[in-house]
Amino acid sequence: MLNGNIENINLLLGEICDPEIPVLTITDLGIVRKVFEENNLFIIQITPTYSGCPAMDMISMEIRMKLIENGIKNFKIETVLSPAWTTDWMSENGKKKLAEYGIAHPNKFNNVDAGPKECPQCHSANTILISNFGSTACKALYQCNDCKEPFDYFKCH
Amino acid sequence: MINRILNLADNNLILCQRNGEWCGHGPILEQDIAITNITLDLLGQARLWYQYASTLMNVDNNSYSEDSLAYRRNEREFLNILMVELPKGNWGFTILRQYFFSQFQFLLYSRLKNSGDTTVAAIAEKSLKEISYHIKWSSEWVLRLGDGTDESHEKMQDALDDLWPYTGEMFIAANFENEDECNELKIEWLQKVSPLLEEATLNIPENTFMQTGGKSGIHTEHLGYLLAEMQYLQRAYPDAKW
Ligand SMILES: [Zn+2]
Repeated sequence: MLNGNIENINLLLGEICDPEIPVLTITDLGIVRKVFEENNLFIIQITPTYSGCPAMDMISMEIRMKLIENGIKNFKIETVLSPAWTTDWMSENGKKKLAEYGIAHPNKFNNVDAGPKECPQCHSANTILISNFGSTACKALYQCNDCKEPFDYFKCH
Repeated sequence: MINRILNLADNNLILCQRNGEWCGHGPILEQDIAITNITLDLLGQARLWYQYASTLMNVDNNSYSEDSLAYRRNEREFLNILMVELPKGNWGFTILRQYFFSQFQFLLYSRLKNSGDTTVAAIAEKSLKEISYHIKWSSEWVLRLGDGTDESHEKMQDALDDLWPYTGEMFIAANFENEDECNELKIEWLQKVSPLLEEATLNIPENTFMQTGGKSGIHTEHLGYLLAEMQYLQRAYPDAKW
């Protein structure tokens, strides 16, 4: 008999936060792809956001710690690359939390990146791109033309 | 097959080490962050290739790892093209090299994405999304600097004159490459690069002798110094871990 069950593991994974954007969990981000049971092992498949994302090793470690703390020992973490991670997998709840945290969430129009919908501070739609690369690979830097506040935009990927 | 993967990994790692020299020294903060973010993508891709190469190489035992491939091979064992090991030069040189490389990577990986080897295909697919950003960013800068002030134009033209002799190697087939495919890549690459250079008011040098050797392990004098710095810690303290 295996200790724990898939439902329970999914709940636990939903408590793990991204180390760089702590308001989002790894399930909000779509990093956890699949949890299943195979030959008396739970297989947890995760996918990296960007290839060079330095948070991935830490996320693996946190999954390991979380499950062990909760008495689950028979598991293996696998990294899958295909299909490649996309911001389309970000949960609606995740997008809401991002905006509240001060980061504009990914915004697509006609399937292309349309830039931030609004300034996360004053909600003005009048914003300007400062740099395509922000504080991390997944973000761009924008500024609001109304409240003048600079802010991060989580790019469509 | 292993050499093919090592060549892909080495190209990325060595360019990554070079670009990394800009960290904290970029012309303005936003662009310092941009080049280092791009470099982080290159490193991530290199890690995926090294991890795959090490699983292919570990037939009898587990003596290879991504770290041993990056930190314990000698100069002659590196199969990167010469262009990526050249010193970082000025900002214009770095930008132009990144553009040439990203554009090449994009075309090559677009083919690898259809590889029958599912790992190769997956790494290529994943990387392509990142490479598209790199092309966008570097091409905008090539335009801005080439068609910019007299001084920026002159520096970009110098960079082009210096870099061009190193672009041919990308398309000269090594023993792990297919000659027809290299020729096709060259045509596609020139179709992409030439109009941009023209728009940036830069002139491609004519009748250039193309430097080669990197893909068979014969490098410029610059690689040894680069490796000495990059590999120092693992050479001095083998298997040191974080
Ligand atoms: Zn605002």
